[in-house]
Amino acid sequence: MLGDIKVELTGAEIVVQSLIEEGVEHLFGYPGGAVLHIYDALYKQDKLQHILVRHEQAATHAADGYARSTGKPGVVLVTSGPGATNAVTGIATAYMDSIPMVVITGQVPLPMIGNDAFQEVDSVGITRPIVKHNFLVKDAADIATTIKKAFYVATTGRPGPVVIDIPKDVTAHKAEFSYPREVKMRSYQPTVNGHKGNIKKAIELILTAKRPMIYTGGGVILSNASDELIAFSQTLGAPVTNTLMGLGAYPANDKQFVGMLGMHGTYEANMSMHHCDVLIAIGARFDDRVTGNLEKFCPDAKIIHVDIDPASISKNVKVDVPIVGDVKKVLSEFNGLLDGDDRRLEQSAMQDWWQQIEEWRSQDCLKYNNSMESIKPQYVVEQLHEVTQGDAFVSSDVGQHQMFAAQFYGFNKPRRWINSGGLGTMGFGLPAAMGVQFAHPDETVVCVTGEGSIQMCIQELSTCLQYGLPVKIINLNNGFLGMVRQWQEFFYEKRYASSYMESLPDFVKLAESYGHVGIRVEKAEDVRQALEDAVGKYKDRLVFIDFIIDREENVYPMIPAGAGLNEMILI
Amino acid sequence: MTKKHIISILLENEAGALSRVSGLFSARAYNIESLTVAPTDDASLSRMTLVTSGTEEIVEQIMKQLNKLVDVIKLVDFTDCSHIERELMLIKVQATGESRSEVKRLSDIFRGKIIDVTDTSYTIELTGKGDKLNAFLTSLSSITIFEVVRSGVIGICRGDKTLNI
Repeated sequence: MLGDIKVELTGAEIVVQSLIEEGVEHLFGYPGGAVLHIYDALYKQDKLQHILVRHEQAATHAADGYARSTGKPGVVLVTSGPGATNAVTGIATAYMDSIPMVVITGQVPLPMIGNDAFQEVDSVGITRPIVKHNFLVKDAADIATTIKKAFYVATTGRPGPVVIDIPKDVTAHKAEFSYPREVKMRSYQPTVNGHKGNIKKAIELILTAKRPMIYTGGGVILSNASDELIAFSQTLGAPVTNTLMGLGAYPANDKQFVGMLGMHGTYEANMSMHHCDVLIAIGARFDDRVTGNLEKFCPDAKIIHVDIDPASISKNVKVDVPIVGDVKKVLSEFNGLLDGDDRRLEQSAMQDWWQQIEEWRSQDCLKYNNSMESIKPQYVVEQLHEVTQGDAFVSSDVGQHQMFAAQFYGFNKPRRWINSGGLGTMGFGLPAAMGVQFAHPDETVVCVTGEGSIQMCIQELSTCLQYGLPVKIINLNNGFLGMVRQWQEFFYEKRYASSYMESLPDFVKLAESYGHVGIRVEKAEDVRQALEDAVGKYKDRLVFIDFIIDREENVYPMIPAGAGLNEMILI
Repeated sequence: MTKKHIISILLENEAGALSRVSGLFSARAYNIESLTVAPTDDASLSRMTLVTSGTEEIVEQIMKQLNKLVDVIKLVDFTDCSHIERELMLIKVQATGESRSEVKRLSDIFRGKIIDVTDTSYTIELTGKGDKLNAFLTSLSSITIFEVVRSGVIGICRGDKTLNI
């Protein structure tokens, strides 16, 4: 805008200017025919950095990692057809974990839509079930308001990915540009303030508890409510467990923290859940990996559930006190009420409860046989924690290594643990780590992965070289698709159908051929040094450490399918 | 216990809004018995009426999931409030010989209207609740039916209650 004179721009220029107006600094993408006008507009400016990935899936995961580690929306630009379909896995990953993301897909020109044109797919149709919302823009004059709406929808309420599909001719047409200051949508007004009456009711119920339990999920992280959660938990003195998505929301090194819960959670967390009399669920959605058998779930508990998404409440588990609202606001209200109230949890009951919990804790359910004869994956993660002072950003892929990282790294801060919890996307770790590194160029960013997962987006080693991203790749290489093998060992009489990774590449040479540092570690006594080199000697380089670990280590403890939280298999 | 529910939805009259609703039902494996949609007096709004069935918990989820769709503005479940529901049926039947007068008589009894006539057939228009339309079809059991078209249910609250923005 020049004073009051509106500027006429092409649709492509409007796209770029709108993103700049939204404060976007990094755009992850891959060019193609339908987005060439937009790329040309990008070329002519220097406010917005475009990051060229090597596969569109990686663009979405990188934007996702960026969003998870900052709280700001990740932004993606891909072309029509295969560009859009390749992005689908990353969009679904973000959707399942409620990550704010805006994805712009190119589309064939309007007159060609529906004609099976070259590189045409129905992107809006394909992405509909895996986005919070999507748009097809048919007029250059609508681009700015659509982008404004997309960012608004993606980042408010329960966050999620939004796709904007823009036909090529629309990016060529000219229109007057002024970026809207605000947006209002009559059909979209998320509830952020919790119901006052139910908030009071919740506090009254909490104060009657003899065995309270605080169970929190990704919502606490998305809402930046860690401080409020810590204050709330410490006022009450109640045990706290985090879901896989919620790790770091409550410091792992605090004595009130009883570890992660669920299928591979700790014995003390799951037993505390099972035996509690008041369950305070905050920003968590009672996922099947958390609850185990629903019929056996928290049999004695009255349940309070705080969530911004009304559809998450009473979806899997009937609750007694539902509170729809932003977790941060509701926790602040909880804290306000507790501050103005002399009553606290009954001390003798709490002493008994903690005594019981400490008894469960003394089982030391995460213990493993660390003989140092082979490299144990748990040992690598523990050493990683020490070498990085527990303060690295850790992304992971999906499988055993993901569980080991979640169990053993000990996250003390939110937004440090970056993993695909809901969709469980192998191939997520490396590109997500790139996004994190772009957002935090001076921090240590680690990708804990396995030889199966890393090969699903290995091409991004090239992107890392281009942009000088010093990600540390911790490859826990057991030559098996470990989690698949573990289930085959337990439930299929060790028939290892297709879980064995034959013909693995030489990862050291592979890393080197991409211009990075490759290290192979085959002895437990060399683990520490390799990690120290990665963050010391090779601080500014990408380091790929191929740890040849114990081939048949299993993730324990474990809740078998169909069992309750009190029916864990310990080692 | 599974029960029939009539849900009326006010949504943005935009391309794709219908597929968001129908996609939600297929993705989450909810039933749709009938679905009807058309613009309202306000051209920017569509009104959809949907008949589904499910347990109380499932219908509660259906309502919440529908509400979550960005294009949905408001919705109401008619099942628990006093309401009027109607369905329109067009039916083409053989009308020759004795059956010609019998069809006319039955149509009159059900307050149907014959809206098209040939030497051999009648086309009848009938409105009412679904069970009335079913009863009419049953009464025609001895008549040859050529074609049946039903609109699906629409409904409105009784009294002053409205579904409006």
